[in-house]
Amino acid sequence: MHLSAEDFQAIVLTLQLASVTTVLLLLLATPVAWWLAHTRSAWRSPVASLVALPLVLPPTVLGFYLLVALGPHGPIGEFTQWAGWGTLAFSFWGLVLGSVVYSLPFAVQPLVNAFEAMGPRPMEVAATLRANTWDAFFTVAVPLAKPGFVMAAMLSFAHTVGEFGVVLMIGGNIPDQTRVVSTQIYGHVEAMEYAQAHGLAGVMLVFSFVVLLGLSWFNRRPNRHAHRHQKAGA
Amino acid sequence: MSIHLQLGLARADFEVSVDVQLPAHGISVIYGPSGCGKTTLLRCVAGLEPSARGRVQVGHEVWQDDAQGVRLPTHQRAVGYVFQEASLFDHLDVAGNLAYGLQRSRNHVSDAVLQQAIELLGIGHVLQHRSHELSGGERQRVAIARALVTQPRLLLLDEPLAALDHARKQDVLPWLEKLRDDLNIPMLYVTHAVDEVARLADTLVVMHAGRIEANGPVAEVLTQADLPVVVGEDAGALLTGVVLRIDAPWHLAQVGFAGGALWVRDSGLAVGQTVRLRVLARDVSVTLAAATDTSIQNHLPCVVDAITPDAHPSQTLLRLRCGDTVLLSRVTARGVHALGLHVGMAAWAQVKSVALVK
Repeated sequence: MHLSAEDFQAIVLTLQLASVTTVLLLLLATPVAWWLAHTRSAWRSPVASLVALPLVLPPTVLGFYLLVALGPHGPIGEFTQWAGWGTLAFSFWGLVLGSVVYSLPFAVQPLVNAFEAMGPRPMEVAATLRANTWDAFFTVAVPLAKPGFVMAAMLSFAHTVGEFGVVLMIGGNIPDQTRVVSTQIYGHVEAMEYAQAHGLAGVMLVFSFVVLLGLSWFNRRPNRHAHRHQKAGA
Repeated sequence: MSIHLQLGLARADFEVSVDVQLPAHGISVIYGPSGCGKTTLLRCVAGLEPSARGRVQVGHEVWQDDAQGVRLPTHQRAVGYVFQEASLFDHLDVAGNLAYGLQRSRNHVSDAVLQQAIELLGIGHVLQHRSHELSGGERQRVAIARALVTQPRLLLLDEPLAALDHARKQDVLPWLEKLRDDLNIPMLYVTHAVDEVARLADTLVVMHAGRIEANGPVAEVLTQADLPVVVGEDAGALLTGVVLRIDAPWHLAQVGFAGGALWVRDSGLAVGQTVRLRVLARDVSVTLAAATDTSIQNHLPCVVDAITPDAHPSQTLLRLRCGDTVLLSRVTARGVHALGLHVGMAAWAQVKSVALVK
């Protein structure tokens, strides 16, 4: 397997993009998921649908709207220019923004599930033990929802690594800026460099398999309830 | 010093409206059928029901007074709450669960409080265990200890035994009695089980359809003739007495109480010990003269205090006053007619069976 310097550059950039995206996603998805898991507001369904949109939209559609929004006359573009950051289209941070939107449902849904499975009781117990809401959230809800956080992080990371359409639309293919593994492979194939495409594609294949294997292992750990029954019977 | 609860909560299909003054000591049992609002009332006291309105005062502390715009959030109320399911934190072991409340209680409490709670509930041997490694009874005892280490002014217990089978209940009940006798913390105890009322209650609050139907010392409330709180087979009186003497050859113990004495089965009682006795209405019959030709050992002179029809038209519930103590008696209406019983008449109560509650 021969990976060129550009290939390594693409791999490093991909890992950077996925890491930054995952961190930002967890910060953003946690309050959104908490709200979705607890609210009785009429806005719940519209917001849940909006969050889930990237699941069904073609990435090119998402990328197109982002491109327009990030452009010099788009709302985000106008804001970033006003803030002195220029336009984000065809830049690393533009990709980060696109990835966050693109992977949002993969971060939100596991957290919603985890918070819903937990139910309101642990937070109530914490309150009767003198913990205020923030304290209870960090010392009770987060530890209890840990499997949800792990799942959200793994899915966000893997999904960002695998994105192509959005990247192509808003990132272009600029080395060290926006050229990630998936676009690099595309470039190799376009240039008939099949051997190099094989190398990178193989890396992706192994990576994806390992992530799925990890998730499957994580989900099949003997869970607490099964454990409890065992103990009760013993 | 007392506990004053004046609370209202309206839901689409359900309304709770109470105004009650409870003593700031002992166990006040809130008794009623499922869905009558007992748990909701407890949640309102703890501040867990955001839409509840009214006033909650515990001793000198006002936790809620919506008229004055006072409403402490749950974590600022000096409350201990034991939920129906123990609800221990799964991510912490028993010691971690106990420490959670300890670290957050407002008066920086010493380890002595923790040690006391651990000893009171007998959980020293499971401190390093996780919730799933404990039996149901142990889990509930840890939950009680966890509530105690915050040094609450009021302990709320929401059917703490309901999720336990009979054997596991016996794992927890004695500890609750110990709590009542050793600690000076008032408790509100929600249950729909008569045996828990008989065993634990000092004060009895009877709820029905979101309202309080009766409220007072348990012995009085249980024998209200106009409203048998506990209807059916469980109707009866609760007496508190002291063991006077033991008749060892016959394995009997005599328990004296205000208004007389009763012989009960001696289950290893000691003279001078305080016991609770439950005398069911169906085990009490009435004679006009002291009977001597009967196997029944317990005869008490009494005065007929009230005669009320029972659920079935053939039955009558009599309220009998023996000195300062009241017994209920279930007899046939024909029997009442045959003896010519009327209110104020002197008679003898024959007690066929007495259950030692504790």
